[in-house]
Amino acid sequence: MRTATKVRDWLPGFLLVLPSVIVVGIFVYWLIVQNVLTSLDRTVTRATKRVTNPGGVENYTNLLGDDGYQHALFNLLVLTVVFVAGTMVFGLLWAVLLEKGVNAEGVFRSVYLLPMAISFIAAGIVWRWLLSPGKGEQAVGLNQLLAMMGLERFQSSWWQSPNTLSMAAMAIPAIWQLSGYVMALFLAGFRGISDDQREAARIDGATERQIYRHVLFPQLSPIALSALIIIGHMSMKMFDLIYAIAGQNSYKASVPATLMWTQMFQQNNPTAAAANATILLVLVALVVVPYLIYTNKTEKETRG
Amino acid sequence: MTTATAQTAPVAPGTDALGAHVSTGKAPGTEGTALGRTLRYALLILFVILILIPLYVLFVTSFKRSGDVNASQAWTFPSAWSIAGWRAAWDSLSPALFRSVILATSVAVLSASLGSLNGFVFAKWRFPGATTIFTLFLFGMFIPYQAVMIPLQGMLLDVQGTPGFSWFDGIAKLIAVHVIFGIPICTLIFRNYYATALPNEILEAAKVDGAGMLRTFRSIVLPISAPGFVVTMIWQFTSAWNDFLFALFLTNRNTGPVTYALNELAGGQNPDYPSIMAGVLLASLPTLLVYILLGRYFIGGLMSGSVK
Amino acid sequence: MRNRSVATVAIATIAALGLAACGSSNEPTPTPGGDTSSLATTSGGAGGEVGVFTWWAAGSEKKGLDELEKLFKEKYPNDTFVNLAVAGGAGSNAKAKLASDLQNNQPPGSFQGHAGAELLDYIDAEQIEPVNDVIAALGGDKVFPKSLLDRLTVEGNIYSVPSNIHRANVVWANTEVLKNAGINAVPTDIKGWIADMEKVKASGVATPLSVAGTWTQLQLFETVLISDLGVDKYNGLFDGKTAWDSPEVKQAAADYKTLLTYANTASDGDDWPVATDMVIDGKAAYNVMGDWAVAEFAAKGKKEQTDYQYFAVPGQEGVFDFLADSFTLPKGTKNPGGTKDWLMLIGSAEGQKAFNLAKGSIPARTDVPATDFPPYQQSAMEAFKTNDIVSSIAHGAAVSLAWNADMSTAISKFYTTKDDAGLVTDLAAAAKKYLP
Repeated sequence: MRTATKVRDWLPGFLLVLPSVIVVGIFVYWLIVQNVLTSLDRTVTRATKRVTNPGGVENYTNLLGDDGYQHALFNLLVLTVVFVAGTMVFGLLWAVLLEKGVNAEGVFRSVYLLPMAISFIAAGIVWRWLLSPGKGEQAVGLNQLLAMMGLERFQSSWWQSPNTLSMAAMAIPAIWQLSGYVMALFLAGFRGISDDQREAARIDGATERQIYRHVLFPQLSPIALSALIIIGHMSMKMFDLIYAIAGQNSYKASVPATLMWTQMFQQNNPTAAAANATILLVLVALVVVPYLIYTNKTEKETRG
Repeated sequence: MTTATAQTAPVAPGTDALGAHVSTGKAPGTEGTALGRTLRYALLILFVILILIPLYVLFVTSFKRSGDVNASQAWTFPSAWSIAGWRAAWDSLSPALFRSVILATSVAVLSASLGSLNGFVFAKWRFPGATTIFTLFLFGMFIPYQAVMIPLQGMLLDVQGTPGFSWFDGIAKLIAVHVIFGIPICTLIFRNYYATALPNEILEAAKVDGAGMLRTFRSIVLPISAPGFVVTMIWQFTSAWNDFLFALFLTNRNTGPVTYALNELAGGQNPDYPSIMAGVLLASLPTLLVYILLGRYFIGGLMSGSVK
Repeated sequence: MRNRSVATVAIATIAALGLAACGSSNEPTPTPGGDTSSLATTSGGAGGEVGVFTWWAAGSEKKGLDELEKLFKEKYPNDTFVNLAVAGGAGSNAKAKLASDLQNNQPPGSFQGHAGAELLDYIDAEQIEPVNDVIAALGGDKVFPKSLLDRLTVEGNIYSVPSNIHRANVVWANTEVLKNAGINAVPTDIKGWIADMEKVKASGVATPLSVAGTWTQLQLFETVLISDLGVDKYNGLFDGKTAWDSPEVKQAAADYKTLLTYANTASDGDDWPVATDMVIDGKAAYNVMGDWAVAEFAAKGKKEQTDYQYFAVPGQEGVFDFLADSFTLPKGTKNPGGTKDWLMLIGSAEGQKAFNLAKGSIPARTDVPATDFPPYQQSAMEAFKTNDIVSSIAHGAAVSLAWNADMSTAISKFYTTKDDAGLVTDLAAAAKKYLP
């Protein structure tokens, strides 16, 4: 539908969304602007006159140059990669297993979606215990379960393992919670593709695997892309879960979002927290903005 | 978030309302080789077990007596079943539970209504600059909320301070906040839905008949909006129910929702694990029910082109 | 400055003036131990709401707060108590919420803070007022130990009224495990303690020492610092007299590393009872924990001496590593008269007795009779009167919140890297950042 050109035509629509536009403008963009302005403050403690933030771009260079922050950024990268990969793999797998229809499909679907219903804070309480780092005699949680099944070899200290990639284990609870959502997306995608395409391919002699690879998956790629973006940005913002599992000041589990907590509420430093948040926002934007531009373009093409 | 290929009408031929296969004439799940089927079911069941592990722990611990709870014994059944934990959890959480119900249902209804109006405009009743504004909307979905928490709290307190607005506290604040920050995602869901579910011809015909925008919305768009409403309401219900960050900053123990109360229960110097685990289950029960009972509609709604 | 806060202060001032003017029953309420002429209080309370902000939302802490609320209603019927408690993470959520409230000029009537350096950040930001008059009205150093008041004084002003004292440098031990290992005397220093741990290990207990989450590790480390540095050098750590990279600190780091080899594998987020339970169950011999652990032993039905015993961390007999909860007078609070009523109650002998009996800690005042208290508290109250008092790092007495955060992160990092040289470097860097 072409954009209506007469004011009389499009004005009602514009007025209808205007309240939302104003509200989003204030609560998102105005707050972002305020946040950036705060991040550039020069702050000095009132009583002792200690300089806590030099002001301007130096606030950012200080933060980015800090070892602890770089460690947090690295952890975030590891977490995001594993989290996104995990949810995509399991989500797609379950969707493939279910999409042709199985007995009690409703039951399976409900179970896979269940973890989404639980809040991060609540899940963190359980997962903190499940991911206890003790091994061997001290094993509790998952390690104990592995021992009970004779799989001691796989015991791990999870996110508190001494290696640099330990943060990957923190993705496990997150994958548990959100794979169901990805499954729902893919399942809807599968079901939205008409059967005729499969029948036609089968008539042409394609095997089931070829049908998946050449007919179905390509049509799912837009869904995969949007799932990727949503899960990816959730990973960057993730705080509740990590905080519930590792508490505050945990070195091994630190990510920019947890550092923001420390900055704001332990170091009483909202300026540094604002800089941290802006960096996080930029990281998210680096991924999201190209995606939005891309969908806009493809939309324009189909819209004509 | 759109697909490059056109989507078919909400119910694809050869499928039932939820998309389960019925076209091949065979009963579901009987396709393929016997080995393939066994493998499939085995995998599905394996994953069910894996998913339910944490829920098992929650369940089992909630029925133990306080003195019996021990980290190394967490996998075993209770030696003596007790509902003391559940009673304690209920006592601590019930006022907040009711507040959460009010919060989540209000948010769900308001968000869905707003989303459908906005989505309709962005999908079909466009205006100059709509694409840009919509993109700006979407970007707003991604901001980290911690960053705006302090100025947000200040802004809301200012509102509360203006004469006549002293009721704007606790749950009322949270409703406003969740609706506001939910505008982008709800608009997106409806916009995608209407983009495929509303053929332009019908809208053109209505225009020719002289119907204005609101009339069109009421008589043509609303009646077919059910799948969009389902997805939006479920999503926003869950999102508002499970939020902790906003609740922590904008409410207190007397006005907060169940996540706040749950954190109270789990905090403190001497945690009582049976009541905490029972509390987690209790706090998750409504959303669990929503997903169990309405999950099929959620997927059905997604399938109808709401989110691609 | 926002208009609203100006209005708030204006209203508060007018209210205070109004009360002072029309108070016909303006007899100062007599308090034990001192004259009250410096603090005018209205009989029955100043009236209005008093929002009390704590993290005492569950367990014995909540019981203590409930007792105080009851007393407050009795003694100050004009005032309305509003409970603003926030639970979670030993106060981390509460402090977060409080920071937000203070930033938005919405201070509560009074908020709980650990007495001592933790309040420095609030003082620096000019968010709390001195309460010298309240302390004086309560009796000053006639009822509070002078060493305690010294620890609370910043440039001549005291900024909070302490409500209760806990001791952090206590070792809780399983009697039977010690017997089986052939240990029948308390070691006199860290080296002797490590030797005893060897004996425990040899007797079949794989993890003689139990630790829990990050703050409990910091607490353990601070006790090692006290033993290896002695009281004077330890105190010097916080005013620049002792260097954090001095040989003694390096020795403490090395000792701490050795101790951890005898400990269980803990998780950063573990609650402290996880570690204490290990001692209760005989899976560990020793757990260094504050004296709130007594409640855990009692809850599991354990008896003193037969099942468990306690002693000061080896090498610091006669040293009381203290932490104290206290209440403040926030700047710009809506009802300062009501707040002062609350502070007077907190600091009164009756208030302290009721509160501490329920909570399991000991009064900050020295004139509360010990007779009604359980045996552990009685010994603790005696020790508090006579021991050298030092400030706890982990619990906000010795260092500010920000400094504590940096140290906690360093300790958390050390737990995985076991790099004691790195730990010392990190601690020295933190000290450099925060020492004036």
